[in-house]
Amino acid sequence: MSLPQWINHRFRPHGVLPGFGLTLGYSVFYLSIIVLIPLGALLFKTTTLSWSEFWAIVTAPRVLASYRLSFGASLAAALFNLVVGSLVAWVLVRYTFPGRKLLDALVDLPFALPTAVAGIALTALYAPNGWIGRYFTPYDLKIAYTPLGITIALIFIGLPFVVRTVQPVLQDIEPELEEAAASLGASRWQTFTRVILPTLTPALLTGFALAFSRTLGEYGSVVFISGNMPMKTEIVPLLIITKLEQYDYAGATAIAVVMLFASFILLLVINLLQEWSTIRRATP
Amino acid sequence: MNDLTQRLPRASWLADRATTESAAIRWTLTGLVIGLLGLLLILPLIAIFAQALEKGVQIYLASFTEPDAIAAVHLTLLVAAIAVPLNVVFGLSASWAIAKFDFTGKQVLLTLIDLPFSVSPIISGLIYVLLFGLQGLLGPWLASHDIKIIFAVPGIVLSTIFVTFPFVARELIPLMQSQGTEEEEAALVLGATGWQTFFRVTIPNVKWGLLYGVILCNARAMGEFGAVSVVSGHIRGLTNTMPLHVEILYNEYNFVAAFAVASLLSLLALVTLVVKSVIEWYTHHEQRFREDIRLPVPEGLS
Repeated sequence: MSLPQWINHRFRPHGVLPGFGLTLGYSVFYLSIIVLIPLGALLFKTTTLSWSEFWAIVTAPRVLASYRLSFGASLAAALFNLVVGSLVAWVLVRYTFPGRKLLDALVDLPFALPTAVAGIALTALYAPNGWIGRYFTPYDLKIAYTPLGITIALIFIGLPFVVRTVQPVLQDIEPELEEAAASLGASRWQTFTRVILPTLTPALLTGFALAFSRTLGEYGSVVFISGNMPMKTEIVPLLIITKLEQYDYAGATAIAVVMLFASFILLLVINLLQEWSTIRRATP
Repeated sequence: MNDLTQRLPRASWLADRATTESAAIRWTLTGLVIGLLGLLLILPLIAIFAQALEKGVQIYLASFTEPDAIAAVHLTLLVAAIAVPLNVVFGLSASWAIAKFDFTGKQVLLTLIDLPFSVSPIISGLIYVLLFGLQGLLGPWLASHDIKIIFAVPGIVLSTIFVTFPFVARELIPLMQSQGTEEEEAALVLGATGWQTFFRVTIPNVKWGLLYGVILCNARAMGEFGAVSVVSGHIRGLTNTMPLHVEILYNEYNFVAAFAVASLLSLLALVTLVVKSVIEWYTHHEQRFREDIRLPVPEGLS
């Protein structure tokens, strides 16, 4: 019995369509080769470290400083994007103005623009002699090569996640709900805070978590603007690369496992939020 | 009571006012959003082209005739030409299995397909170094057979496949799920083979979603930086993709050339956005057109 035949035999659901064994078998095979086995290699490599060695690496002062920076900057950027992203979604859905379609399409630019290109463009803007940076230089304010610059790069990367998560939910809100609230005597502000905002909450949280999760591992756009000073402006992905370049494979792997663990937890949270969001939308 | 009668004549425009904001608020918010998006998205885009053209068109164009730049363009095209078709085949295969059949473990499979999106690009490169690098699990065996994967083109291709892995599958799965299996079943009943059904019924039904996934997958494949940077080894003219070439030029303070190559990648991003918008516009209208011509279902059949 060949593998596709065995899959058909073992898992075959009812139905007349062919190709279940072939497609599922190939999908799982390809998934294993590309994703599962390499990720397994990462976990396997970690087991060559004893627990105390592992702990010493992932809690070294330089590593702790990079966690603080990466988590702090991602959190700040995600909070900024939560507010600005919702505002952008609101204006794009609710108001009409010339150029609205163009702006709507441009929101996806950070998805499409290679991260390294975004990185050098932002550095050119916010460097001390850059278009924007030069206006801050007289006041002794540096943007590029500081945590603020890193946060700006992460804001750029994370913005579409909030907009694209909130937009469809905002589009689906029935006008009757708002009319009902208004006819019952609610002011516009009350309607917004008591009717619209609660409906949007799951989408807002999902967008926030997606933006946070994406920016936590971001490398390309940050590496140019960050300055890369150990203890000060060194993000976790950069620290992993530094360890790799010093042939400290075990060190790089240990830190990568911590990041991977954080990503898994975020993935779980996002899945739960999306489920909540779907239930909310199905039964308003 | 008095208050109510005073308000009555204004009720018609009040109804409108109840579901939107005053013009002043509308214009303030719209202006704010235009300003913010201008600052956050449009200004960086302008900066790329301005920096690239700073020393004139001639020096800008000269950046592309440099042999290392040409090699980088070739490598980027080659990597995308391998990674994208492989992920298309996977996307079609996975969406057929997931959308057309019910089986245990489907949810787990869906989560695993999404996994590469939530992994840092650096880790996406690192895992292949740990598997195929000299100190890696298969490193000694590969070295004894003279096969180079890390710091060579195969490693770049593999890590690019990893980071672009979910794009096509994610577009196709919900689309195929929403279309159900009735049309395929009808084709089979009428005597079509499985492959005929797939190519003449399923593919035409999902063609726009497929194109959408391919466009996004391609943009990411050509623009990937972090994962590729870990496995490439940065050998000029050999293992430098366009984004890596941008980095090298930038770090050498050759800003005009760096931004020139970056402007090429930006054009790719802009073309991607245009094609994406056209597909969205087209599918939206096609859907409306289909709804308009939907025939009434004869009684007893519905």
